[in-house]
Amino acid sequence: MSETTDQGPLIPRQRHLHPVPYDPEYKTSVPRSPKWPLLSMESTPSEETGPRFGHSLLGPLDNNLILNFSKDGSPAIGERILMHGRVLDENARPVPHTLVEIWQANAGGRYRHVKDNYLAPLDPNFGGCGRTITDAEGRYQFLTIRPGAYPWPNRANDWRPMHIHISVFGHSFGQRLITQMYFEGDPLIDRCPIAATIKARSQLDRLVAPLDMSRARPLDFLAYKFDIVLRGRRQTMFENKLEGM
Amino acid sequence: MVQSLETLTETPSQTAGPYVHIGCIPSFAGLPGVYPEDLGLSPIAEGAKGQIITITGAVIDGTGWALRDAMMESWQPDAAGLFAGQAGADPAVSGFCRFAADKDSGLFTLRTVKPGAVRHRSGAMQAPHISLWIVARGINIGLSTRIYFEDEDNSADPLLARIEQRPRVETLIAKRTGEGQYRFDIRLQGEGETVFLDI
Repeated sequence: MSETTDQGPLIPRQRHLHPVPYDPEYKTSVPRSPKWPLLSMESTPSEETGPRFGHSLLGPLDNNLILNFSKDGSPAIGERILMHGRVLDENARPVPHTLVEIWQANAGGRYRHVKDNYLAPLDPNFGGCGRTITDAEGRYQFLTIRPGAYPWPNRANDWRPMHIHISVFGHSFGQRLITQMYFEGDPLIDRCPIAATIKARSQLDRLVAPLDMSRARPLDFLAYKFDIVLRGRRQTMFENKLEGM
Repeated sequence: MVQSLETLTETPSQTAGPYVHIGCIPSFAGLPGVYPEDLGLSPIAEGAKGQIITITGAVIDGTGWALRDAMMESWQPDAAGLFAGQAGADPAVSGFCRFAADKDSGLFTLRTVKPGAVRHRSGAMQAPHISLWIVARGINIGLSTRIYFEDEDNSADPLLARIEQRPRVETLIAKRTGEGQYRFDIRLQGEGETVFLDI
């Protein structure tokens, strides 16, 4: 068989490119990080398969956080932004038809969550979650408001930079990823102990979305671009027949 | 200099944070109505073939405290060992579930069908198991592990065989507490630390 396929095992995770699990500056990680090494093994069908979600899952406003919690059509308060990008894999190919979910604080830096009692007010028209499914080229987009920075209990005066949480599935359970998008130019990124759990600056920079005026709409919204790369699968030429290998 | 590779590397993870429920299970988080229902409410629909089981447990930190904010996802095949989308798979088994620790007790419950065995690439059979992915504040990259079952033959499972310290195998095995009832605790750190996977 001469054609390559991407149905080989998942490419092993390069753990050094990810945040360290244990970081004393991020205090909650101290009791919640495993001490013993992870058990490394080549992927199996349990990791190579995964849930698929169809476009029928989506409602018309699911990727519009400005309107999807509004009761009367009034828009959420804040700077209107378009967040857009592509989901790719490590083989630099698009990941089509995969679910992308986001959640975030409102423009004042407050989450609509029972545990968040920050002084900033809730916006009655802003829930803070959205979801979409990538198109055939792996593209996605959300219309939302720019979230505010907020203080959090860690060291005496820690603040989270403006950020949007992102969850992506891919097509294999072993590709599952949750990360955060930061905004170009935010001075709080360099002071954030959560951002600093990523030790290579070049890796942290990959989470900082640039302003993208090519997608900004005049008199309406600014745009930020955020591409996401998921684990790939080894392309194989020789492994299509499992027997005898 | 050498030629450049045309490959990319994975985007780095960040913690899901304390408010992961807003994004992933908004109705559970008290934001009903954004979506008709939370994603992955159940891995099975009415009529799923096989034994219905309930797994209860907690995610426990290094101090012995059960996390109240953990969110988990499970992925598994049907009772015959087929994953959703594969030819012949039980249409009543999506195999995917999202569930969270109770905000007061820290306990979670997963109600599903007992999965069938799945063949490994090597040809060996893997003992029945459910894949589990755990995220929470303080967990900087999601933790992967597996739930195996005390009342199954786990002796030839290729993953369990890789665990050098044999007592640690027990951390991946759900204990039977009654008919169709199991207990499975996840210890993030300290005595009895669960075996987490890089797979």
